Amino acid sequence: MSIQGRRGIRVALPYLLPSLFGALLFAILPIVISLFLSVTSWSGMSRVSLTDGFLKFVAKNFVGLDNAKAILSDGEFYRALSHNLYFIALYLPLMLILSMTCALIINAPKKGANVYRVVYYLPVLTSWVAGSLIWKWLLSPVYGPINNALELFGIQGPMWLQSEIWAMPSIVLASIWKDMGFYAMILFGGLKSINTQYYEAAHIDGASKVQSFMHITLPLLSSVLFYVSMLSMINAFQLFPQVMVMTKDGNAGPNGATMVMVERIYKYAFRYGKMGYASAYSWILFVIILFCTYIQKRGEKRWVRYDV
Amino acid sequence: MKTTRNVLSLALVLILVMLPAFSAGSKETTLGTVTLKLEQFSGSEATLSGAALKNMIAEFEKQNPTIKVQLQTIGYDDYFTQLQSKVVGGNAADVFELNYENFVAYASEGALADVTKLLGDTSGFNKTALNAFNYQGVQYGVPNSFSNVVLFYNKALFDRADLAYPTSEWTWKDVEAASKKIMALDKNIWGFYRPLSFHEFYKGAAQNGGSLMNAERTAFTVNLPQNVEAASLMAGWQTDSKIMPTEADMAGMGDWDLFKSGRLGMLVTGIWAFGDFTANCPFEWDIAIEPGNVQKATHFFSNSYVVSATSKYPSESASLARFLAGSKEATKLRVEASWELPPVTYPEIIESYLSITPPENRQAVFASLDYLVTPPVSAQQAQMQAIIQSYLDQIAFGRMSAKAALDACQKELEAKISL
Amino acid sequence: MTYKNAIKTAFYHLVAICLGVVAVVPFLWMISTSLKSGGALLAVPIEWVPKNPTLQAYEKLFALTGMLRSIGNSLVVTASAVVVAILSSSMAAFAFSKIRFKGSGVLFMIFLASMMLPSHVLFIPLYLIMNDLGLVDTLFALILPYSFKAFAVFMLRQQMMNISDAYLDAAAIDGASLFRSFITIFLPLCKTALATLAIIIAMEAWNDYLLPLVLMTSPKNYTLPIILNALSGQFKTSYDLLMAGSLISVIPLLIIYIGAQRYFASGLQIGGVKG
Repeated sequence: MSIQGRRGIRVALPYLLPSLFGALLFAILPIVISLFLSVTSWSGMSRVSLTDGFLKFVAKNFVGLDNAKAILSDGEFYRALSHNLYFIALYLPLMLILSMTCALIINAPKKGANVYRVVYYLPVLTSWVAGSLIWKWLLSPVYGPINNALELFGIQGPMWLQSEIWAMPSIVLASIWKDMGFYAMILFGGLKSINTQYYEAAHIDGASKVQSFMHITLPLLSSVLFYVSMLSMINAFQLFPQVMVMTKDGNAGPNGATMVMVERIYKYAFRYGKMGYASAYSWILFVIILFCTYIQKRGEKRWVRYDV
Repeated sequence: MKTTRNVLSLALVLILVMLPAFSAGSKETTLGTVTLKLEQFSGSEATLSGAALKNMIAEFEKQNPTIKVQLQTIGYDDYFTQLQSKVVGGNAADVFELNYENFVAYASEGALADVTKLLGDTSGFNKTALNAFNYQGVQYGVPNSFSNVVLFYNKALFDRADLAYPTSEWTWKDVEAASKKIMALDKNIWGFYRPLSFHEFYKGAAQNGGSLMNAERTAFTVNLPQNVEAASLMAGWQTDSKIMPTEADMAGMGDWDLFKSGRLGMLVTGIWAFGDFTANCPFEWDIAIEPGNVQKATHFFSNSYVVSATSKYPSESASLARFLAGSKEATKLRVEASWELPPVTYPEIIESYLSITPPENRQAVFASLDYLVTPPVSAQQAQMQAIIQSYLDQIAFGRMSAKAALDACQKELEAKISL
Repeated sequence: MTYKNAIKTAFYHLVAICLGVVAVVPFLWMISTSLKSGGALLAVPIEWVPKNPTLQAYEKLFALTGMLRSIGNSLVVTASAVVVAILSSSMAAFAFSKIRFKGSGVLFMIFLASMMLPSHVLFIPLYLIMNDLGLVDTLFALILPYSFKAFAVFMLRQQMMNISDAYLDAAAIDGASLFRSFITIFLPLCKTALATLAIIIAMEAWNDYLLPLVLMTSPKNYTLPIILNALSGQFKTSYDLLMAGSLISVIPLLIIYIGAQRYFASGLQIGGVKG
């Protein structure tokens, strides 16, 4: 009966309007424009106005699907994509485990949990510029404390950012440091909304901590966990600021080891003067992300429970 | 109701907070004054150069009371991104700084104003530098500084090895011979450092009689035999004659650091190292013109001030650019701040530059100007450099032979870069 | 405490502290660097504790032109973005999660999809939009893109879906209007999620430098990140000032974060207090 009051577009519209307006103007419209740009050969370095002859400009520089074809037939694209996938493979599992651990730590009714809550979030609050610079120094093969510490244990530390093999793992390390607290906080929010009565009931029934975790926490957290894994995957495909600061110039890392999709897009857009090409590139990336998200969403139906 | 009150007070706070957001940049000028916007990256704040630039501007405003200059300094890494956006939006500053690599791109896109007639007397400028910022017969900017690459050497190590100091007649063979003797002193000491980078390679090719492009700049000639030979020789310093440390040998230490630590006999690097080396080298050092192989060839790095095509005040902008780049007052300030080399030929400025030591042999910097070669340029500069660099890396890491790499490089350049 | 409990607590703290150390060590270096000057910055072997600590970097930092002004600008942009974001996204998320309407799924997918295009490519189109709207060089141009984030709607919707309809049903039975129940009953239940959102929006609005760099052409409209990034020169970076600046930059966010913690403490917790 009461649900009748919460049905219909006329009811929903006033709630949707502000966000819709903002999303339209500042998210959707730029996307549409970039779609137009992706079929042009525009360099990105000449004067363009949206209100004054934009369509004429597009027509003048129109190249259709040439950009997309050129991208897909260039080995560089597949290389960058593989690096993104490599990053995701390393980053995602570690991130989920660590942020879940942090969330559990913060949520525990122990003394000091409040302190940890702040400590874990400190990295998240720093800007990427400062964070990347610090990690660049931390991982310095000669001057950095990490290799110095390893030496104390008799291990010869690798060349990190200057080694082809260790460059991407270095980026993964820095990214995890920075993002761990962020996802932990989101998971923590989810943990907080789980009704404690479930735990009490389970405790009375004699369930162990692990069993509680597996059968109460995980299922009830599944919607938030799903959100976290989707968000971190989307963000992982868009990996960028840390790559730019930690392995900068020309070819992103030793022998291009940290060349990733958005890094390529940025370079084509802002260094190589090929804005149209870069826009097409980002649309291809978009399709890839969309596809992966679709796969995950299919999983949502199987893994996530929304009933409370 | 409590809630309505809360919502209303929230709305009020919101409006108050956002009020300042509505203030657009004020563009009014008092009658008769012109405000010029100047944007640059080379004189960063909190350094001597930044202070020098501010003094230059003050001097200009003193001499031109009707002109005010608004300076915007942006970090190098972000400079070109934001510049590009401004050009696209038609909001570029009246005068902005460009390095040589980006100059051709912006000139070819029509973003720069023609200042050929607006610059006035340009006789004080170094000809090569001035011509570098001339595109298809039109002058678009003025060089504001000059940098060169020379051979630095550690006098103490040379003395220990009982060697004569490098002269302006040295060739690669002399470098190799000297390196071997210096390295014999201690196993932790290296002889020479000159990485196989794009900038070093185009110069090395020229030093071996080759070139990466034909004279008209209409075609790539990357895989000429002289270039291939140069690349092999240069890579060979690490692998064959072993006078140069590899990445692994350096273990993360930078080349400057290696030199400053006294463990490197000779280093090819830019004159912008003077300040750092003067402050931090615990030994005596000096410079010489960079040795070539069959001939000498030296680098040309230059930044410029250009005038935006959308500037409302092109002639005032041109005079600002000219003043900052080439006036006696400004260049004097530049020399005093050790802010690279002013691109001018005034004797007294040159004198004051030469009189600062170390290094003793500052004359070599000017002598190097006789052998300048400008790098290959195209409208797709950054991409071209990146492609060439990736192949040079293949050679340096020993993954491809010089011939195979340069052949492949030639092919890729022909496919992707239009000249 | 029993023996078993003591072990569990010790283990808990061990793991927690290990992670804590990982999180905090880079900060110690930031602090250390900001207290150094000149040659000490690149000294080998590494100096964790500076031999001659000095507040020089901080002095020089605040002496930079426009430093205080930029902090003020950043504050305005951040505060506004947070308020607008919370209001607009919570309303939209509410609609998506609690109101059934035709096209809800499709519209939500569009929202979702708009998150997937890398923002750097939307950069120039966004700039063009701002330019043609005449908003370039106003703080407004920054506030708007930061406030309307699709992921905010996404995140809130996920959290809101976990809140039982029973609350709204009960309020409806009592005769309250939907908007009234939204503001007085539903939103308070989402305190945790809203606090999280506030922090996330604040972080981006405070730390982002690319958008302000491009959209703000007059120095008087600069935000803090622009000033800090200008410290990275072509050949030389003033690390001491940069670290000092970054540390200072973290403080307001830290304050917001700690302040928001009380909303986390009183999240949805029915059934009593834990020991």
